[in-house]
Amino acid sequence: MSGSIRSVALAAALLAAAPSLARGDEVKVGVLHSLSGTMSISEITVKNATLLAIDEINAAGGVLGKKLAPVVEDGASEPATFAQKAQKLVQDSGVVTVFGGWTSASRKAMLPVFERLGSLLWYPVQFEGNECSPNIMYSGAQPNQQALPALEWAIKSGYKKVYLLGSDYVFPRTANLILKKHIAASAGMSLAGEEYVPLGGTSFGGVINKIKSSNPDVIINTLNGDSNVAFFKQFSAAGMTAAKLPVISFSIAEQETATIGPKLVAGHYAVWNYFQSLDTPGNKKFIAAYKARYGADAVMSDPMIHGYLDVYAWKAAVEKARSFDPKVVRKAAAGIDLDTPLGKTRFDDNGSLYQKVLVGQAQPDAQFAIVWSTEAAIRPEPYDALSFPGKTCGAPK
Amino acid sequence: MSTLALGLGQLFDGLSVASILLLAALGLALSFGLMRVINMAHGELVMAGGYLMYVAQQHLPGQSVALGLVLAFAGCAVLGAVLELSLIRWLYGRPLDTLLATWGVSLMLQQAARDLFDPTGVEVTAPGWLSGSLAFDTGPLAGLALAHVRLFIIALAIAVLCGMALVFERTRAGLHIRAVNQNRAMASALGVHSRRVDLLVFALGSGIAGLAGGALALIAPVTSTVGQSYVVDAFLVVILGGMGTLRGTAIAALLIGTLSALAETFTSISTAKVALLLFVVAFLQFRPRGLIVTRSRALEEA
Repeated sequence: MSGSIRSVALAAALLAAAPSLARGDEVKVGVLHSLSGTMSISEITVKNATLLAIDEINAAGGVLGKKLAPVVEDGASEPATFAQKAQKLVQDSGVVTVFGGWTSASRKAMLPVFERLGSLLWYPVQFEGNECSPNIMYSGAQPNQQALPALEWAIKSGYKKVYLLGSDYVFPRTANLILKKHIAASAGMSLAGEEYVPLGGTSFGGVINKIKSSNPDVIINTLNGDSNVAFFKQFSAAGMTAAKLPVISFSIAEQETATIGPKLVAGHYAVWNYFQSLDTPGNKKFIAAYKARYGADAVMSDPMIHGYLDVYAWKAAVEKARSFDPKVVRKAAAGIDLDTPLGKTRFDDNGSLYQKVLVGQAQPDAQFAIVWSTEAAIRPEPYDALSFPGKTCGAPK
Repeated sequence: MSTLALGLGQLFDGLSVASILLLAALGLALSFGLMRVINMAHGELVMAGGYLMYVAQQHLPGQSVALGLVLAFAGCAVLGAVLELSLIRWLYGRPLDTLLATWGVSLMLQQAARDLFDPTGVEVTAPGWLSGSLAFDTGPLAGLALAHVRLFIIALAIAVLCGMALVFERTRAGLHIRAVNQNRAMASALGVHSRRVDLLVFALGSGIAGLAGGALALIAPVTSTVGQSYVVDAFLVVILGGMGTLRGTAIAALLIGTLSALAETFTSISTAKVALLLFVVAFLQFRPRGLIVTRSRALEEA
């Protein structure tokens, strides 16, 4: 009797585990973004780009002869919900990998889930680095692929005195920690000041006075969300222009510029690995496909491209590994040459993407004109050597 | 930028913060002081004012600021009146119940804003004549720039304050409001229809909150949560100023606005906020009933 119970339990366990293997002619992949709540405006477009890639792959015959069946879940702008839904996707829905996440808080919440279950997350947004999980592929920029090249460009452009302004949470704090180390280490550069505004804060009068009195050459802005609208409105009302004091932003792309009001942002700078104006064959194809599916008014952004290329990178890794097993796929993913809207690129062994860094200047039509680009793709460094000496990524498990 | 210019700049910024605080707190001071209603939905009336300003800019001709402010005032006054008639009226004398009920209303209004408009918020563009600034390029004040839009908001707050003072001191309705505020039972006994006064005061306070939202929309984005960030500060102003007094509310708004702007000059924004709260707590130890105390012989005050 007890033996039969045990075998029933074993069979049940096997059945529960079975969905994690590809069955029949379909394989499930998870798409986990905030479809509601404060982050939804940004994340829905990344979800759209991810689904576009999945459909394109299916139309071209799928992966290893199997069609991809996307399972879309809503992270609801809540880190705890992201963790819950990640677990649900991997354990209950049986997806072989998950594409998703935006805020660092959501990624940090999902990280232990993916490490515990041995699955693989593809994370599409620039972030603060200082993290290197063997169960996450980070395609967004590391600090040395956004913050540091921005500083390098500022130095080259003759800006000497930098003011750091950011929202009060992990990305601005860590990015600025790294920037401060590099400002101190660069001859002739100095820090004019540093200020953090609570997330969602809208009162900038005092901060703008402080900025003006400290007389910087340039502002590096890591404000997030609505705060940017209030900042640029009040900055311009205080008589400041891009000609007098340029702002270099890390969290403002085409979409945010349109929301803030292109007139207020025009002339200021943003640093990304992608702008809609990027002239590559892959980008033209992507924009045409996206607009055909989601409407001619659609605006592209850096995280969308990373969400899109992640699916193709996963496909390439699966085909190289000839397996859907996340551990095998993770090992195979590094070093494969990818042809993406960013141009030719590849993932490094540490799970992050090689990419060029672009400085764009906002135009009155809410698009960015690319004014500077690194010559070659930059190798991703999760741990800045100056700020976190001695920390390195382990080999993928 | 000289120290003098920086100091004056911060003072000016403080004045403009104080103006918005004053507009947001006036209605609260009235309803809290007069009716002992803790209106948690007051912030959402500010929010509604911002959205009405947006609607005016999108759909009314000329993109007039004045027209937008009138719409914000009228719309929020009507919303306040509906709120009073349908909910608050039934909860008089139960301050904790009003707190919970109006908090529920505030959540509903926020969700309504997200459903009716964009979930990320909307933008109101200040017209040309408000978008410049009065800049000093030479002399000891070089670097100081007084934004027109902030000057406008300060002027608006002063005008509203003067208007309210006139209503209170010179009209029959104002006399009734003061009478009910000082001694509700006695005022009723003398023939003042105190429930009608409540309705009037609540609608008036809501309308002024709408004005605050309309003014705020000129310098910051209008989002569903904008009210939340002002309601706490507005309560702070009411408590510091003393309940139900115009003068106390005005002085308290001025104090909180300028003190927080000055504190921000020397420390970070978070530290300035802590310092401000500590100041208010310490102050209330010495004057528990606020800056200005309305003397009353009503038994409920004892």
